[in-house]
Amino acid sequence: MTDIAHGHASSTGISNVKLGMWAFLGSECLLFGGLISTYMLYRGRVTGGPRPSQIFDIPFTSVSSFVLLMSSLTMVLAVSAAHKDDDRKTNLWLTVTALLGATFVGGQVYEFTAFYKEGLGFSTSLFGSSFYTLTGFHGVHVTVGIIMLMSLVGILKRGSVPGKKAEVVEMIGLYWHFVDIVWIIIFTLVYLIPV
Amino acid sequence: MAIIERPAPTVPAIVTPTTTYGLLKRPVSATGWRSWVFTVDHKKLGIMYGAAAMLFFIIGGVEALLIRLQLAAPNGKVLNADLYNQMFTMHATTMVFLFVMPMAAGFANYFVPLQIGARDVAFPRLNAFGFWAFLFGGIFLNLAWFLGGAADGGWFMYAPNSGPVFSPSNGVDFWALGLQITGIASLTGAINLIITVLNMRAPGMSLMKMPIFTWMITVVQFLLLFAIPVITVALFLLSFQRNFGAQFFDVAAGADPLLWQHLFWIFGHPEVYVLILPSFGIVSEVLPVFSRKPLFGYPFVVFSGAAIGFVGWGVWAHHMFASGLGPVSVAVFSLTTMAIAVPTGVKIINWTLTMWGGKLWFTTAMKFAIGLIVLFTVGGLSGVTHAVAPSDTQQTDTYYIVAHFHYVLFGGAVLGIFSGFYYWWPKVFGKMLNEKLGSWNFWLMVIGLNLTFGPMHILGLQGQPRRMYQWTEARAGEGFFNFAFWNLIASIGSFVLSVGILLFLINVLITARNPQKAPLDPWNARSLEWMTTNPPKEHNFDVIPTVHHLDDFFHQKYEEDSVTHTMTQVRTAEEIMAEQERNADKHIHMPSPSYWPIVLAFGLPVITFGLIYSHLISVIGGVIVLFAAYGWALESSTAPDSDFETNTPGTGLDKVASNHD
Repeated sequence: MTDIAHGHASSTGISNVKLGMWAFLGSECLLFGGLISTYMLYRGRVTGGPRPSQIFDIPFTSVSSFVLLMSSLTMVLAVSAAHKDDDRKTNLWLTVTALLGATFVGGQVYEFTAFYKEGLGFSTSLFGSSFYTLTGFHGVHVTVGIIMLMSLVGILKRGSVPGKKAEVVEMIGLYWHFVDIVWIIIFTLVYLIPV
Repeated sequence: MAIIERPAPTVPAIVTPTTTYGLLKRPVSATGWRSWVFTVDHKKLGIMYGAAAMLFFIIGGVEALLIRLQLAAPNGKVLNADLYNQMFTMHATTMVFLFVMPMAAGFANYFVPLQIGARDVAFPRLNAFGFWAFLFGGIFLNLAWFLGGAADGGWFMYAPNSGPVFSPSNGVDFWALGLQITGIASLTGAINLIITVLNMRAPGMSLMKMPIFTWMITVVQFLLLFAIPVITVALFLLSFQRNFGAQFFDVAAGADPLLWQHLFWIFGHPEVYVLILPSFGIVSEVLPVFSRKPLFGYPFVVFSGAAIGFVGWGVWAHHMFASGLGPVSVAVFSLTTMAIAVPTGVKIINWTLTMWGGKLWFTTAMKFAIGLIVLFTVGGLSGVTHAVAPSDTQQTDTYYIVAHFHYVLFGGAVLGIFSGFYYWWPKVFGKMLNEKLGSWNFWLMVIGLNLTFGPMHILGLQGQPRRMYQWTEARAGEGFFNFAFWNLIASIGSFVLSVGILLFLINVLITARNPQKAPLDPWNARSLEWMTTNPPKEHNFDVIPTVHHLDDFFHQKYEEDSVTHTMTQVRTAEEIMAEQERNADKHIHMPSPSYWPIVLAFGLPVITFGLIYSHLISVIGGVIVLFAAYGWALESSTAPDSDFETNTPGTGLDKVASNHD
């Protein structure tokens, strides 16, 4: 994954993998932009099903949001440890990050179950469809992030990282921070601003 | 073979192949068909993109001919209404997503690294994955023909017509999921090419010394990067509605079908620039070469391309003037649409002034390029008539629109692509396409396309609606404006056009059998892709060029007399090549072939197939994807030296390795 096939450094000074991840995240902005727009258009259309204010448990979601945001901190610590070439700490912080992420996803699963029991199914109303799609897509992103983090821990332990270690940790870190930032926007627009 | 060793090694081979999962030996020295299937070489992938796109071009063309047969006479009987709907939907989908886009991707793959003086792209395996995902996605889309009928809602697939009530067959599911797969291909391709252009330019090649084709491709990749996720959202919403009971476009549940139109066209309008800008790039290379002059106003062409890229995001609602957006929106989008004609006009003026006063050389490539200027302008002018909203309201859903977008897409994008074929054929295949046959190819295509699409202006203004599977004599009008006459002309024209394209295919066959090799620099060309052999070596350049000028290859051949400002040739291409050979880099590491791109790409249609038929199949597809993803992650882009049979330990490979780590 290092830049091969040309005998000189990259034109921008930033490695290919990192720049590639930035480009991908630029694309992801539009993906979430589309999903958020859909939700904002449909959030008030409940057709007999529960309204957002009837089912949201703001304190619970605030706590799980806090957990997710803290995982950005641990991710920073992991990147920092990787730059210092401290494998033990890199692994530790990557694992903690993944655990915090898993806690968030667990909270989301619990939340979805609770909402479903209160009468908000995927096809109950436009609000239901767009809510589950938006937050579900975010949850899938977090899950993919967890898988990448755990795989990275495994690969680090085997000592078979293709390319520069710190670079790979940093690239996955970029993704992780992006997913966290998107959650700040989703949490604000979906949960905090009343319909 | 992926290590280029010069001189040949004398030490006996020591081969200790690395494996993935302890089983799979990396195909580092694949030969025969395996050297294509597992390749990560941007040039091979470029050729594969081109060949696959050509195949889909023929499929889409046959669909178009069936449509024209159906409409040649009143009360056509060739297709029934249902089949007709499938035909125009798949014709457009195929031509847009499976022909023009991948063909442009093919050109981009092949020539962008060469034009910027690189030996490969930034992410070679991702590049290979992109090709296979496109191919499997395209096949998946067309599978629907055999499994209950293809998609039938038009390539724009407006809601609520795309819902299960109005489109009960699986066609729309295949369409939505197939486009997701080709979308993934476009997205990975975009990331790869953007990073390649940003990061892998030869020393000295600043952005404003990049060839214009590379510039236009870069703009296109940025458009794709930001447009693809929007259609991805739209397609997800559609699939969720059809497969999981979501309500996004269910009007009875209070949904807003305009949501689809907005999402679709926010993608769809940048998409039309995705289709045309590569061809603009191609003719911007061809016109200077055959006018024996530099491109007139290079920075203007660059910035007008970039301007089209930006403004292209602010015009989408002009596709929706008839949907009742309200006067403010219509006025705004009307103005932005007129504004985007300006940078396009700048380009046309620059091309014209490039030819002005030049020593024109009317090769087939040049004819196609001039054809693009003329016919795209015709389509551009009719486009401006839609920018005027009241006029557009009259034209919406008539053949006038069909005439417009075929002039810009066929007269523009396709003629540009053909210009590229004739211009770059000797570079890619080492042989010249037959110019005489090329001339026939050009004239039949130009006459055919004018006969086909020209009358559609008249038909449209007379009120013949699009997408109607029949027209009746009773409403056909009289005299000059008679439907029957112009529909027949259009249908005849479509066959003339087909003969033109057939001549191209014949030309390809004749050229393949012709033993005569192309000269090194047949067109006296200007940009770096010509500063290598025909076809290029696997590592592209023996020496990575150092760039001092725009059109650096030209400036290596010619020097300007400071008094008279005339250019005199100081070196030939052959001399430049010989010098490169003498100073050739000794050890060049090229990315190694890999199993994983094709395996990962194959997992995608398995997943989507399962979404339609049985979720168990999706699970299998998911396992394939995960398996391939880990295989991918665990191997490095370039196989270690120990994988190669020609490895000579300790002879200088270490020096190269230190450059990368």
